[in-house]
Amino acid sequence: MRIKPEEVDYIAALSRLVLSDQEKNMYARHLSEILEHAERLSELDTDDVEPTAHVLPLKNVFRDDQVKPSLERDILLSNAPEVENGCFKVPRIVE
Amino acid sequence: MELYRLTAHEAYEKLKKREVSARELAQSVIKHIEDVEQSIGAYIHLDFDAALKQADDVDRHIDEGHEVPLLGGLPIAIKDNMCTEGIATTCASRMLADFVPPYDATVVRRLKERQAVVLGKLNMDEFAMGSSTETSAFKKTKNPWDTDRVPGGSSGGSAAAVAADEAFFTLGSDTGGSIRQPASLCGVVGMKPTYGAVSRYGLVAFASSLDQIGPLTKDVKDCAMVLNAIVGHDPYDATSVSRSYPDYTSALIDDVKGIKIGVPKEFFGQGINEEVKSAVTKAIELFKEMGADYEETSLPYTDHALSAYYLIASAEASSNLGRYDGVKYGYRAAQYDDMIDMYKKTRSEGFGSEVKRRIMLGTYALSSGYYDAYYLKALKVRTLITRDFQRAFEKYDVLVVPTSPTTAFKIGERLDNPMEMYLSDVCTVPVNIAGLPAISIPCGLDGRGLPIGLQIIGKAFDEETILRVAYAFESNTPYHNQKPSER
Repeated sequence: MRIKPEEVDYIAALSRLVLSDQEKNMYARHLSEILEHAERLSELDTDDVEPTAHVLPLKNVFRDDQVKPSLERDILLSNAPEVENGCFKVPRIVE
Repeated sequence: MELYRLTAHEAYEKLKKREVSARELAQSVIKHIEDVEQSIGAYIHLDFDAALKQADDVDRHIDEGHEVPLLGGLPIAIKDNMCTEGIATTCASRMLADFVPPYDATVVRRLKERQAVVLGKLNMDEFAMGSSTETSAFKKTKNPWDTDRVPGGSSGGSAAAVAADEAFFTLGSDTGGSIRQPASLCGVVGMKPTYGAVSRYGLVAFASSLDQIGPLTKDVKDCAMVLNAIVGHDPYDATSVSRSYPDYTSALIDDVKGIKIGVPKEFFGQGINEEVKSAVTKAIELFKEMGADYEETSLPYTDHALSAYYLIASAEASSNLGRYDGVKYGYRAAQYDDMIDMYKKTRSEGFGSEVKRRIMLGTYALSSGYYDAYYLKALKVRTLITRDFQRAFEKYDVLVVPTSPTTAFKIGERLDNPMEMYLSDVCTVPVNIAGLPAISIPCGLDGRGLPIGLQIIGKAFDEETILRVAYAFESNTPYHNQKPSER
């Protein structure tokens, strides 16, 4: 297999996910299969090919910097899991 | 004929001539939903009271002597990854189960401005990642032609609702085939417009360089009408293109004389079901009888499109879905030790299995040491695939190919085998990679009586030629009139 369960652990950590042993084995198998299929891209000579990240020939899209109405703070906070004093509340970060 | 069975343009004509009221249209569709939804499961959210209230507003507007705008008064529905003010928008994910957007997506606003009646929100694969609507965290949607089979995906609810007459039309989104493939499997019309033609503002992002919103409808004329309503530049989406958009209904001409059709052989190779090939080949012969010219051609990089697509789409998804951290909106785990632990538990509990798979695939493809081999390589192959299409469109007006390699498959059949599921999109992903428009229209039934889809691919911003070719086909064939209820 291209991807071993230990590597899945590393990828999961980068992705901010925690997995059970059963999931690690499953994803090792699935990711290996998918990457094996993707391996075929390496057969193509792309040395002189520019990458395309986006199909539209867009450069920077500018607009005038004008103040426009925005949503009220209460409305913006209404979907937050935890709110205090009009702010998003998160666990303590600085000791 | 029952009102719910009408096409959108037929229903609109009746409303305009005051042969029916908006309330009568809504009541007919609602009654029908009550009869069939139990066995189809197209909707995540339905609000009949709100729909009837909107219908009454339209009737009052008509009574006051105003003309009802095109699409006004028609009961419709929206895929649940487009924001609807005050109505939960879940992406069929536990992560967003309680998310109530404070604003409407631009497409939703445009339909509301035309006084369309919103019935509810439609089921989908979680975060639009899937080809069968089975990855929804909430429910399975059944194919109206055979309820043991999937409706396709990820816009499976959008396609099933139209096929079962549970809405006059619906909106879906298409990142790698998510409008066209379910349209094909459910025997309805589905179009992915050119990248940039329709605003993505308020569409929950999956892969931003590929995502595009489009209509699922009962026939090609309805598709043109809905397209008219949703295209256009939007200052809230920097990738939406500012240009003049035509009236697409004037492209509906029953004439393909002189149209040059390219038939790329790579779309008829291994893995494409024989009955699908035969139906599409018959359709191409019919175009010839109707006066079009066709010729076999080649898009040599097609075979690499699927791999490039899954790397690019997953890489963009891994970045886009980084925002689900349990802070500003969405699910947050109940118990955690610290900030990082909160992120991890929130995401592990909130996301389903396919979404985690794509996030990890994308994270890996972007990670140090693998970026060049996977992500950058895929972007270069994207250039090669785009050039293939550019060369073809120097010679041809449209390309005609199958939409899906098979007809609807059984529920559960591909769920544990991701690579097999991904192959469902092999005929549709090249179009997203190149940002082109394409439509899927019904072109016959297989031996089991399941619908087969014909895909017509056009030049960038030339939806008109696609619609003309599709309309001519529809005008000379009976397939769009075949209904699952008559099996």
